[in-house]
Amino acid sequence: MFKDAGHLFRFAGLFVLAFVVFLVVRGYVVPKSFGQYGHYRGDALNEIAAHPVKFAGHEACEACHTDVLATKSKGKHAHVNCEACHGPLAAHADDPSASTPVKPDTAVLCARCHTATAAKPRGFPQVDTKDHSNGVPCETCHQPHNPAITDAGGAK
Amino acid sequence: MKLSRRHFLVLMPAAAIAWKAVLAGTPDQAPNYKLSEHWWGMLIDVPKCIGCGNCVRACQIENDVPDGYFRTWVERYHVHDEDMTNPEVISPDAGKEGFPVVKEDAGKYFFVPKMCNHCSDSPCTQVCPVGATFVTPDGVVLVDPKYCLGCAYCVQACPYGCRYIHPEKKVADKCSLCYHRITKGLTTACCESCPTGARQLVDLKNPQDAIHEFLKTHSVQVLKPQMATGAKAYYNGLDGSVR
Repeated sequence: MFKDAGHLFRFAGLFVLAFVVFLVVRGYVVPKSFGQYGHYRGDALNEIAAHPVKFAGHEACEACHTDVLATKSKGKHAHVNCEACHGPLAAHADDPSASTPVKPDTAVLCARCHTATAAKPRGFPQVDTKDHSNGVPCETCHQPHNPAITDAGGAK
Repeated sequence: MKLSRRHFLVLMPAAAIAWKAVLAGTPDQAPNYKLSEHWWGMLIDVPKCIGCGNCVRACQIENDVPDGYFRTWVERYHVHDEDMTNPEVISPDAGKEGFPVVKEDAGKYFFVPKMCNHCSDSPCTQVCPVGATFVTPDGVVLVDPKYCLGCAYCVQACPYGCRYIHPEKKVADKCSLCYHRITKGLTTACCESCPTGARQLVDLKNPQDAIHEFLKTHSVQVLKPQMATGAKAYYNGLDGSVR
């Protein structure tokens, strides 16, 4: 009765072989980290995290520029981070001699936040830029790090 | 079918090499950062937004976002009197250079910053056919550019319109919640450059984070809650006309 069973065993052997080949090919083709956290390549997280930083963060600025921090913390701009106005400066923070920050143009910079428009929150200080200073640069009266004129050291 | 010693000796090393390929090794991990200790989200305080466009510019610089494409943007809503269902919404160049000045007239105006909501049950990751987009164990929706085919299923699936196909790389691209920054202890570029604190990165797994108290004491909303996306961009003071 079992004299022809060899046919079945050879057939089963083919299946086993095909499965082994599948496993081996899969082992080489699928990245090692695939499935580490889920149905995706775990290494992608590290690759994305390796992107260079361009905004250094205010802690980096404050480590050296303690004088500006002291002025700024007294005024209304205390919670405005350095790079909100000065732009991305990680290159300067990493090596201060590598790049020198350019002083922002107050005509553009101040107006960006303080131009009066109905869409801004009511309590936010806003001015009609043409009417307010008649073309005189903002920093003539307001020191950007502590803009209130009445504050000691606020006005220039 | 009898296995001879000769065959056995040939097969053993081959099997060993094969087995090594089958067993996946453990890849390196970033030091000092534990994925399991964080669950990131964003708090957007609508009444604080002044529409300056700092976040949009900072994001484009930090993440090398190509011109004309945006990972975050600011919309200006104008609701005429009682007409809540038909707000006028503008976002010129994503609000990158601010908005046209408007005088007070009938109706109300306000700004709404938008970005990826880093949903915990995100529709975008569910439709990806190749496992190129996913929610990380620390709650950030990312795209693996090496795996993405650029089929744009996810672009269509996102209910918030937060994704685009990168014009040069031809792969899906989106807000990464500045994953390269938050894993180093920095905040996102948009939060760093927001002058009024209208955007705040929050870590929902950190019991010390002020977000827990904030969520308890404020009327906070997510966008399109009816879609059950598990959105983690929490909007404070959001007007009902916003969609």
